[in-house]
Amino acid sequence: MSDGKYLWITLGILIAAAMILPPFLPPFWVMLLTQTLIYTIAAMALDLLIGYTDMASLGQAGFLAVGAYSAAILFTRYGFGFTGAMIGAVLLAIVSSAVLGLLALRAAGVYFLMITLAIAMVIWGLIYRWVSMTGGDNGIAGILRPNPLGIDMFDPIHFFYFIFAFFIVSLVLMLLFIRSPFGKTLVGIKDSESRMIVLGYNVWLHKYLVFIIAGAFSGLAGGLYAFYNGFVSPSLSDLAHCMAIVLMVTIGGPGTLVGPIIGALIIILLENIVSIYTERWVMVLSAVYVITALYAPQGILGWIGRLMKSERAA
Amino acid sequence: MEFWITQTFNGLSYAALLFLLGGGMTLIFGIMKIVNIAHGSFYLVGGYIGLTIVLKTGNFYLALVVAAVVVALLGLVMERIFLRNLAGKDLRQMLITTGIALFLQDLCLLVWGGDPRNLSVPKYLTGSFELGEFYFPKFRVFMIGSAVVLFLILWVFQEKTRVGAMVRASVDNSEMAGGLGIKVPLVTMGVFSLGALLAGFGGVIGCAFMGIYPGLDFELLPFAFVVVIVGGMGNLTGALLGAFIVAMIDNFGKALFPEVAYFTLFAPMAVVLAVKPTGLMGKSQK
Repeated sequence: MSDGKYLWITLGILIAAAMILPPFLPPFWVMLLTQTLIYTIAAMALDLLIGYTDMASLGQAGFLAVGAYSAAILFTRYGFGFTGAMIGAVLLAIVSSAVLGLLALRAAGVYFLMITLAIAMVIWGLIYRWVSMTGGDNGIAGILRPNPLGIDMFDPIHFFYFIFAFFIVSLVLMLLFIRSPFGKTLVGIKDSESRMIVLGYNVWLHKYLVFIIAGAFSGLAGGLYAFYNGFVSPSLSDLAHCMAIVLMVTIGGPGTLVGPIIGALIIILLENIVSIYTERWVMVLSAVYVITALYAPQGILGWIGRLMKSERAA
Repeated sequence: MEFWITQTFNGLSYAALLFLLGGGMTLIFGIMKIVNIAHGSFYLVGGYIGLTIVLKTGNFYLALVVAAVVVALLGLVMERIFLRNLAGKDLRQMLITTGIALFLQDLCLLVWGGDPRNLSVPKYLTGSFELGEFYFPKFRVFMIGSAVVLFLILWVFQEKTRVGAMVRASVDNSEMAGGLGIKVPLVTMGVFSLGALLAGFGGVIGCAFMGIYPGLDFELLPFAFVVVIVGGMGNLTGALLGAFIVAMIDNFGKALFPEVAYFTLFAPMAVVLAVKPTGLMGKSQK
């Protein structure tokens, strides 16, 4: 029970900080925080799979890329506005995760890991080679931010709060989702799949639906990223990016929804701040992977949680 | 007709390379049930070591042997230090191998630079065999030959020798194998190292065939994945079959539908997953 309480407190602190701090930060930092919020949406979606259902999909970056490219293509090529492009991004992410999910769910365990990663690689390949539609290696530029009600979204602060609204809505939706009977069933599947089957639950359907839901949020994050960055490139779906999102979930603490916020923050800051100081920032990142896997498999929140438990016991 | 013969031959040489990559990966997968993200890095490191040795000594075969052995040792150390204690923890192992892959990629960038590098092969391996109106580049014949020879050696080792039987026993049921006195951790370490060796060997050949650069490791990995998924994870013969199918489809796909070539890779994987999720030669899942 108190475990839950400290998660709520952490969440409260993080949200309060996100609401209050931006106006006092330099624009560069506000941009990084905006990017963090976008990645948090994708990381929380992946947490639904990894932390709550024990379906470690490594291919979520693929659906993020589908969303980003859908938004970019609809906006730059077909004259859609922000709203239309975003709806398109989410819908296409839903369709692609619904189709590819059928394949991925044919496998379980480590097979599932590999197949989901392979799916993301195929999406990468499609983006990379389908030059006439995606621009190939050159990517797509010229994705302009909207200006709803005449508010200038090129102001970093305005855009931050704009994305913040998407983040809060996503967070609330996902919190409601995991607290719903559907979410409880997922946790049951995580604990014992065979038990849930015996109890009469349609385990496959639950897994399939949560896969699509995660895909939808990844697509949302992708669409927002396209408008945030103004530019999309195939690297959105490459291996390093796939694993980076997995690392965000793991390093923060899977199965909490709060962990991914912390994880996304750490990884985004690492990529953007450490790379200022050293060209070898990839080596720093690689060390973070190894250390997380060896010493903090339940992430920072899991580690704090353990610490608190041992203190209470003492 | 000429198109088909030439393209089939090209496909076969690519299949040879994919077998070296996917074969090692499938061996590792079979015994450890892990997806080794660093497998492309073994290929990359092997290629660069081979390149350096050829530049220093001019001896291509020495390069093949040394690169393969060094990468095998690298695999040995990696398994012992990082992976052994995480047996059965898929996601954590994948994060570790990702970390190692990023590290090796950055290291290669630091040591050998970011430009594509090519390795020159001995004179007698350049040029082509002429057969009527067709030309078969000698080096490609060498590639296909060495892949076939390696496959045969591995097959005999795995199916006909005592150590091979220990490996198969450890793959099928490691607890029971351990109970019978087989040193499963040692077998596992050996197989991981062998898989790395194949990739390192493949790296040298690949460096001569199509060049290498940091980033190629991650670009090749999906091909290795598809080879392993199509052939059946953990099955050597499956890897050979998978490499053949993937290389042919990729080769003809590139020639016939260049824009969606990468997507054609997806077709065999999708079909196999739909019909037999454990791959063509794979055992059924428990």
